[in-house]
Amino acid sequence: MRFAFTDDQITLRDGVRELLKGACPPAVVRETWEAGGVLPAALTGALAESGVAAVLVPEDFDGLGMTASELAPLIEEAGYAAVPGLLLETAAVAAPVLARVGGVPAERWLPGIASGELSVALGLAGTALVAGADQASLLLLEREGHLYATTRDRVSLTPEQSADHTRRLFQVDYTPDPDDLLGGPELTALALDAAAIASAAFLNGLARRMLDMSVDYVKVREQFGRPVGSFQAVKHHLADALMHLEFARPAVWRAAWTLSTGGERALQASMAKARASDAADLAGRKALQVHGAIGYTTECDLHHWLKRSWALRRAFGGAAWHRARVAEHLLT
Amino acid sequence: MDLNFTEREQAFRAECRAWLTANVPGPEIGSGDTREGFAAHIAWEKKLHADRWAVVSWPEAYGGRGASLIEWLIFEEEYYLAGAPSRVTQNGIFLLAPALFEYGTDEQKARMLKPMAAAEFTWAQAWSEPNAGSDLANQSARAVRVEGGWRLTGQKTWATRGAFCDGIYGLFRTDPEARRHKGLTYFLVTLDSPGVTVRPVERLDGDEGFAEVFLEDVFVPDRDVLGEVDRGWYVAMTTTNSERGLTLRSPGRFLAAAHRLKALYQRMGDGDPLLRDRVVRAWMDAQAYRDYTFQTVARMLDGHSIGAESSLNKIFWSEMDIRLHEAAMELLGESAELDTESWNRGYQFSLAGPIYAGTNEIQRNLVAERVLGLPRWPQRGGKK
Repeated sequence: MRFAFTDDQITLRDGVRELLKGACPPAVVRETWEAGGVLPAALTGALAESGVAAVLVPEDFDGLGMTASELAPLIEEAGYAAVPGLLLETAAVAAPVLARVGGVPAERWLPGIASGELSVALGLAGTALVAGADQASLLLLEREGHLYATTRDRVSLTPEQSADHTRRLFQVDYTPDPDDLLGGPELTALALDAAAIASAAFLNGLARRMLDMSVDYVKVREQFGRPVGSFQAVKHHLADALMHLEFARPAVWRAAWTLSTGGERALQASMAKARASDAADLAGRKALQVHGAIGYTTECDLHHWLKRSWALRRAFGGAAWHRARVAEHLLT
Repeated sequence: MDLNFTEREQAFRAECRAWLTANVPGPEIGSGDTREGFAAHIAWEKKLHADRWAVVSWPEAYGGRGASLIEWLIFEEEYYLAGAPSRVTQNGIFLLAPALFEYGTDEQKARMLKPMAAAEFTWAQAWSEPNAGSDLANQSARAVRVEGGWRLTGQKTWATRGAFCDGIYGLFRTDPEARRHKGLTYFLVTLDSPGVTVRPVERLDGDEGFAEVFLEDVFVPDRDVLGEVDRGWYVAMTTTNSERGLTLRSPGRFLAAAHRLKALYQRMGDGDPLLRDRVVRAWMDAQAYRDYTFQTVARMLDGHSIGAESSLNKIFWSEMDIRLHEAAMELLGESAELDTESWNRGYQFSLAGPIYAGTNEIQRNLVAERVLGLPRWPQRGGKK
């Protein structure tokens, strides 16, 4: 038992952290927001260069052939930067799903995922709304417990407006075509678990950034002649947010580990997503509170992180749904 | 990242389980915080020690097995899962011993560790004073230099099992000019010394598990000073970090309680979805605490110290413990009221968690100031 990342895993994470610091500062998130969710070309290029989408692609398909234990910290970093777009869906869900399927779909799509040229949108059961459906080269859609791979020209899209303007949301009308079939319930379960784990990692990153923003702010904002961060009421808000985050992170690391090793994958995925959703909720609430009125404006960067966390908390199953899944495992 | 237990760790678990299954006493052993129960618990501790299960992580020379930290966590999981009794020796073996290993002389270690492990000499913690609770550095008990040792005078309070133990450890002011955490020295005091009066105090749950200890000109020889004179605060911090962090509350006891809670729901839950969610949350918390602890151990093995992050740990387990017991009390319904109900006893004890080992308010301050780096206020020592 060794619950720690290797030096190589940490080096990889630090590299992505540095890259995103330069390529995806808050100004770029804001720019994407103002462009209605269209990523600046420079960001798309930097994400391709980061190699994040290649991590889970097998080496036979020009990928890095690594595991979710390498990927999960990178997704957390993406969350920290609130990277817009389909990185999570492409790198953490489509790559392992297509690698599992193998054959023609893998040959057709995986090299493009690895190179960062194409992105994938994801529509799993229970979600009528698909983010980035008009931007993706490939859509993975669940219908009646089966998973289909299709392209944009073969679906009809109805736009919906997300509270997070970086997310281009659509209702997707698709008639299942047997030629598109990738697999049955086992594969859809893999897709859901992978999506739950990756969104949990992303949420932890969002929460960590909201906490960092709050700490920075309360150190400099003064009232009654001293920094508001010196008040115990404010300290305790942020200590609570940190605690819930720090207990959500190991849950995500374990869940990611089960993706490559098997074991209780569904259980661990659900525990991770439930914890990360609740931790991000708390971090967001506390961040908003300690920012005061400035946090309740769109001039403050906080709202980008807050709104992304609202979206991802519910995407791929919310906390209550996942706890119900834990209950089924535990109590029946 | 390798979350599989090694073959050696699995073999260790199997060995723990086999011994515990054959030896764990039944519930008739009672509470270790009453006089009769304490004696029964000491008998159990001696049995543990005889088969070298009392202090598995200690070196073999002191009665341990030289077990790794992971193996120690495994032992704890098996210990509580087997329903074994609470450890009345814990404030010696888990809280005093780390300070002894780090600061004790060879003579002190040779003299004190073995009787501690064998439950032949039991220790109570005596940090608090009537005016030094959360403000621990406000110690006023004092020690005056005399030929061959010191004369101690003052009052200590909330010494857990102090009425039954053989000795206490605490801080006494040896430099009357020094303030706050300076000029304090760490003393080990045998309770049958002339001048010591111990008054048992009944706790919320009715056990006389607390004690006030009055010291009037009590002679303590030099050999019972732990660490340097006037540097006791830093020795004590070894203990308080152990207490908040890893050693006092290993995941095993919460995993076992969550396991019992799950069984209780299956017996009495009647499918109630609200109660079900509370049970699931409590169970998940125990799992999260386990993984967090494995992660902490890996960091310690890599040479990192835990420091103020141990405060996160302490807040988490103490508040989890209450939620866990509250869920059980809700499931039990009216029978939760019964004094004989073990969940009721556990519930009452869980309520102490956010108070002892440093209140959770103090822990949140420590997290905010030392982990998040927020400004200290009020500044220590009452300065503005």
